Amino acid sequence: MDVNEVLLPGVGLRYEFTTQAGDRIGVVARRTGEFEVVGYGGDDPDAGRPLFRLNEDEAEALAQVFGAPRIAERFADLTRELPGLSSAPVRVTPASPYAGSPLGHTRVRTRTGASIVAIVRGPDVIASPGPGEVLRAADVLIVVGTSEGIDGAKRIIRG
Amino acid sequence: MHVSLALLLELGLVLIALSVLGTLARRATLSPIPLYLLAGLAFGAAGVPHVPTAGQFLQAGASIGIVLLLLALGLEFSTAEFATSMRHHLPSAGVDLLNAVPGAVAGWWLGLDGVGVLALAGATYISSSGIIARLLGDLRRLGNRETPSVLSVLVLEDFAMAAYLPVLAVLASGGTWWQATVGALVAVGAVLAAFTVSSRWGHHIGRLVEHPDNEQLMLRMLGLTMVVAALAEYVHASAAVGAFLVGLTLTGQLAERARAVIEPLRDLFAAVFFLVIGLSVAPAGMLPVLPAALALAVVTGLTKIFTGRYAASRDGVGPRGRLRAGAALIARGEFSIVIVGLAGARHPVLAPLVSAYVLLLAVAGPLITRFAGARPRWWFLGRFEKV
Repeated sequence: MDVNEVLLPGVGLRYEFTTQAGDRIGVVARRTGEFEVVGYGGDDPDAGRPLFRLNEDEAEALAQVFGAPRIAERFADLTRELPGLSSAPVRVTPASPYAGSPLGHTRVRTRTGASIVAIVRGPDVIASPGPGEVLRAADVLIVVGTSEGIDGAKRIIRG
Repeated sequence: MHVSLALLLELGLVLIALSVLGTLARRATLSPIPLYLLAGLAFGAAGVPHVPTAGQFLQAGASIGIVLLLLALGLEFSTAEFATSMRHHLPSAGVDLLNAVPGAVAGWWLGLDGVGVLALAGATYISSSGIIARLLGDLRRLGNRETPSVLSVLVLEDFAMAAYLPVLAVLASGGTWWQATVGALVAVGAVLAAFTVSSRWGHHIGRLVEHPDNEQLMLRMLGLTMVVAALAEYVHASAAVGAFLVGLTLTGQLAERARAVIEPLRDLFAAVFFLVIGLSVAPAGMLPVLPAALALAVVTGLTKIFTGRYAASRDGVGPRGRLRAGAALIARGEFSIVIVGLAGARHPVLAPLVSAYVLLLAVAGPLITRFAGARPRWWFLGRFEKV
């Protein structure tokens, strides 16, 4: 899919794309962290029809809804090729004993044999994170290993 | 500590009056700037300048206001955005210069000297990026295809101000022609130097004021800005220009945080600045210049529409979008008033004329923008019912 990026000086960026269903969508990402989603089409091709507005938190929540399962799915596709190996997303809840501490402190790999290959944090993906990477509440860890290893990792992270 | 009852009371009442006006303006998606000016005029007519306690504070507040306005403009500026705008819209910026012509002609016709002509030309040239950016957000037109053209023209105007304001400030502070030339060259050199510094060593300068704590960041920002502003004033390059330079040198994330930190302060002191400019104009002095202001407003409104249409056509926008772009650019505001703040002292006709001009266009611009090139009427009504 082609996403067209236009600079809005002083305001932010506008992304524009056409969905397969033929809808032309614009997303205005403001410097302030707010997002505005508009639809094009109708009698004036240049005017965006305001669809909805998101503040920073709402945008982050929506990005996770869109992003995390898809990234987890891709890892699932990857591990399907290797028998015995699987992957799963593990969410760091605010109650987790490791929210706020470095990844290395969990010792997941030593204790379970499973590896944490990526951290999905809002719209960002931290690929192969080092032991110093500090975990935050609402991070989603992509764990790859045997199914027992993944269960063990879930128990450790959830506390 | 002695608490001045009169000062607190007078200031409190002034701020309450401003807040009521600001709320009214926002409710009508208008800029509060013209109302602040009007409030100044009304207070002046009602004899409020005779309240000496608040008067002194307001004067001091007004100089801080102009400094913070320019600091914010400098912080807003990004070299990358400037370069992109330059690539796409250099010819639009050329067409935009057309807007200075009516001002210059009017200045010449009113018998102003060279500095007065230059000031008036600048006042009719510069659209209000503050009013317009906010207006496009309020009208939810940021996603429209003509919006990048409008914003690019504004960025290029702000850049033109970077060269224009120092020159005007030096010329307005008087002196012989060669002093003015040297001063102007020094000022432009300082702006160029600030650009170089910010693009090469911006992070070093940033370290001077960088601090994770917002309170510290604000204190350091304000401290640095005011010291540089004072130095600039000392060499007759105007405090406003010094503040602008500080804003230019700070870039990236730091600039973003700094903007957020100083925004409430800027809003407060800028309001005081507009009020004081209003106070400095005698309502009786405004009547005789009203026809000239009206004529200027009509002519430069049309030239801005032409500019916007041209800029939008370069981005391949259709006729209705082109009209919207043109209408959006009409509003004049804070920088036209800043120009009066710099050059108004020596030209008694300038403050009333430009105040009346800004009053007209800061109100008419947003109104015209709202109705120009909007969707057909039935849709428009439907939208209001929903909101």
